[in-house]
Amino acid sequence: MPVIDVNLWSSLRRFAGGEEIVSVEAETVAGMINALKKAYPDLAPALDAGVSVSVNGEITNNRFAPLEEGSEVFLLQPLKGG
Amino acid sequence: MTKNGSSEFRLVGTRPNRPDGLDKVTGRARYGADASMPGMLHGAVVRSPHAHARIVKIDTSKAEALPGVKGVVTRADFPTGLTGEDWDLQENTMAGEKALYDGHAVAAVAATSPLLAQEAARLIEVEYEVLPHVIDVDDAIKPDAPAIRPGAADHSVPEGSPPNVVRYLEFGHGDIEAGFAEADLVMENTYKTEATHQGYIEPHACVGQLGADGKGEMWVCTQGQWYIRRMCAAVLGIEAAQLRVTPSEIGGGFGGKTTIFMEPLSLALSRKAGGKPVKIVMSRSEVLRATGPTASASMDVKIGMKKDGTITAGYANFRMQGGAFPGAPVDMALYCAFAGYKLANVKHVGYDVLANRPKCAAYRAPGSPMGAFAVESLVDEMARKLGLDPLDVRLKNAVREGDKASYGPTFGSIGLVETLEAAKAHPNLKAPLGPNQGRGVACGYWFNHGGETSVSMAIGEDGTATVSVGTPDIGGGRASIALMVAETLGIDYDDVRVNVVETGALGVNEPTHGSRATFASGKAAVESTNQAIKEMCRRAAAEWGIDPEAVEWVNGAAQPTSSNAGKFAPMTIKEIAAKMGSTGGPISGHYEGLPSGVGASFGTHVVDVEVDPETGRTTILRYLVVQDAGRAIHPAYVEGQYQGGAVQGIGWALNEAYIYGEDGRLQNPIFLDYRVPVASDLPMIDTVIVEVPNPGHPYGVRGVGETGITPPLPAIANAIEHATGQRIRHLPISPPKLLKAIKSAAPSGPTLQAAE
Repeated sequence: MPVIDVNLWSSLRRFAGGEEIVSVEAETVAGMINALKKAYPDLAPALDAGVSVSVNGEITNNRFAPLEEGSEVFLLQPLKGG
Repeated sequence: MTKNGSSEFRLVGTRPNRPDGLDKVTGRARYGADASMPGMLHGAVVRSPHAHARIVKIDTSKAEALPGVKGVVTRADFPTGLTGEDWDLQENTMAGEKALYDGHAVAAVAATSPLLAQEAARLIEVEYEVLPHVIDVDDAIKPDAPAIRPGAADHSVPEGSPPNVVRYLEFGHGDIEAGFAEADLVMENTYKTEATHQGYIEPHACVGQLGADGKGEMWVCTQGQWYIRRMCAAVLGIEAAQLRVTPSEIGGGFGGKTTIFMEPLSLALSRKAGGKPVKIVMSRSEVLRATGPTASASMDVKIGMKKDGTITAGYANFRMQGGAFPGAPVDMALYCAFAGYKLANVKHVGYDVLANRPKCAAYRAPGSPMGAFAVESLVDEMARKLGLDPLDVRLKNAVREGDKASYGPTFGSIGLVETLEAAKAHPNLKAPLGPNQGRGVACGYWFNHGGETSVSMAIGEDGTATVSVGTPDIGGGRASIALMVAETLGIDYDDVRVNVVETGALGVNEPTHGSRATFASGKAAVESTNQAIKEMCRRAAAEWGIDPEAVEWVNGAAQPTSSNAGKFAPMTIKEIAAKMGSTGGPISGHYEGLPSGVGASFGTHVVDVEVDPETGRTTILRYLVVQDAGRAIHPAYVEGQYQGGAVQGIGWALNEAYIYGEDGRLQNPIFLDYRVPVASDLPMIDTVIVEVPNPGHPYGVRGVGETGITPPLPAIANAIEHATGQRIRHLPISPPKLLKAIKSAAPSGPTLQAAE
């Protein structure tokens, strides 16, 4: 299972022990979200409220988007357009 | 004008007639208010005259006794127990315990004529207990502000925050204090923008029909029929699949028609009236009072810059109100604010704040124009102070492919530098400026979006093609999709018809939002077309008795890949289509998914203004939009998007604002007083289409609809300072405001003279 470094926005860090980047094992975006919730239960409300995920520079809403070792992953506030 | 344009395509990049043109210029196009049904009733809505009031009692008896009245609804007719965004939608559709803003719906009535409905609405008696209200975002965030919705704050809000703060965010990277310490110049200022409305010419309109069996239909002016279906179903407690929603032609949306307002009321009234269809058409006053404007913003920005223009650090603290509901786009404002700059040290802080105003809706690049106004104004102020060319400062700090964005991720292929270089080379930069004239530049950014997409296409018996999409055409989607499908198929543009279809015809589609229609529906249509091509190749192979893998599609016909595969004359699409009834049946293709490969779009604007020192009126002399389209499928539509975005931004910069009285009531709810730009206010907007193809789309498309509204706010403020020496940091820069600044300026006059 690849280890994914997940970048949290600053105000999420207080729910993850103050860490800016947390590492979880996951093969997909959904797996990464679930692993984050398991490792950091205090993150669950924020993750359940909805987040956008940037994988290698592309913002995706596809929870099955694949992740691999070295993928650049950022959690972002849910994005909408006009 | 197209820069980097190519002619590698037969149709992509050409400018054929728009498919909706004849219908629109002859009045044949059917908009929301054109829907009419047998036995149809007409609805009217009772709205709160108070900004904040407890609803003590609603007496509908006099209205119900009026002959011709067939139904009255209040919040009591809606299901209870909703939570989160569904509750927000329901509460905004119809007030519950409190009216939260001037114009908030409190009751609705259906009658046999519009006049009767309005008369009945007047007979509904509502008793209010008026409560203290708050309008301005800086007042709303104060600890002692009237609490609008206690308990509405989410998990992100630290304990002890002011009562109207409902969301908080903070992000960034590097060490901003170290960055500021490196700078030769550090400046910090506060900027404000007012709420503005999307200003679509067509008001919201719908006909809703809902029977006691829970089955219903709706005909509605919307950017997203599936969103209408889902939201109405949630608010009314019915099953989504039982509601069939058909979108009308749309007279503008700009994000404001991606949600619901009075649509559930027509369905609720219909259900109350025995299933008769109910039509509701908003007046302009209702549109302005009760449908989504954008947020207003109060923003602190601090930037450190070296003498050579290198930006060493950036800090942004934004407060935004989006009405009496969570959802101000403070997150996206912050994501976009510094997006054009490569920054080692940057920090963003944001507050989503409640105020007694209508629930904000998306408006073209939601949040980005405000963020750009704050950051691009301060960058300009600093460049001038250091005697640097504002375009050079942007070029020096511009993000490129592989750079880390201010909000974290690494950029893929982007074209900011190309837009800056194209702007610098444009003749408008060399136009001489006279007295009281000035020039301003600014850049802007929008992410763009893919989203849930379902498309189908079918080959007709005559070799033409029909494409069904779920994204209403607000900016040329039908024309661009037809061009891409025709290009891919190798047939004429006129042989492809693209239809925007109802909710029963396709899988779920997100609305036309996020500048996604030509990207996402277009990519889906090309993939669907490729499926159909594969099937046509298979049919030709079967006819010839060769392996399907040995057949390729060239110029609208199947042909063997080489003479080794067999010697057969190409079989045209017309020949294949004519026989499809006896070779396996209909030939079609479809796509359901989340198109990936979205390409972001940057733009650079240059504006020349002249300010009348006697009146403070600003005239736009020249306006240049340079933006990366990836590839312009139909350049005329792309130019139209650029021009339209610029015009809306000009309105936001110079005139448009929601003006509230001391009583919290909107003072300018008509277009005479809410002043959008008209043709006579504007020069022809010059455009340059930069094409840095998006590798994530088969034809290189990036969305182009939203970025264009982002730079005008700061570009115009920058030009006005150049012309007058007055830096206005609170939009709009209306004539009285600018005149006051000019008159109160030091007798020495402008601090900066026009360049030439």
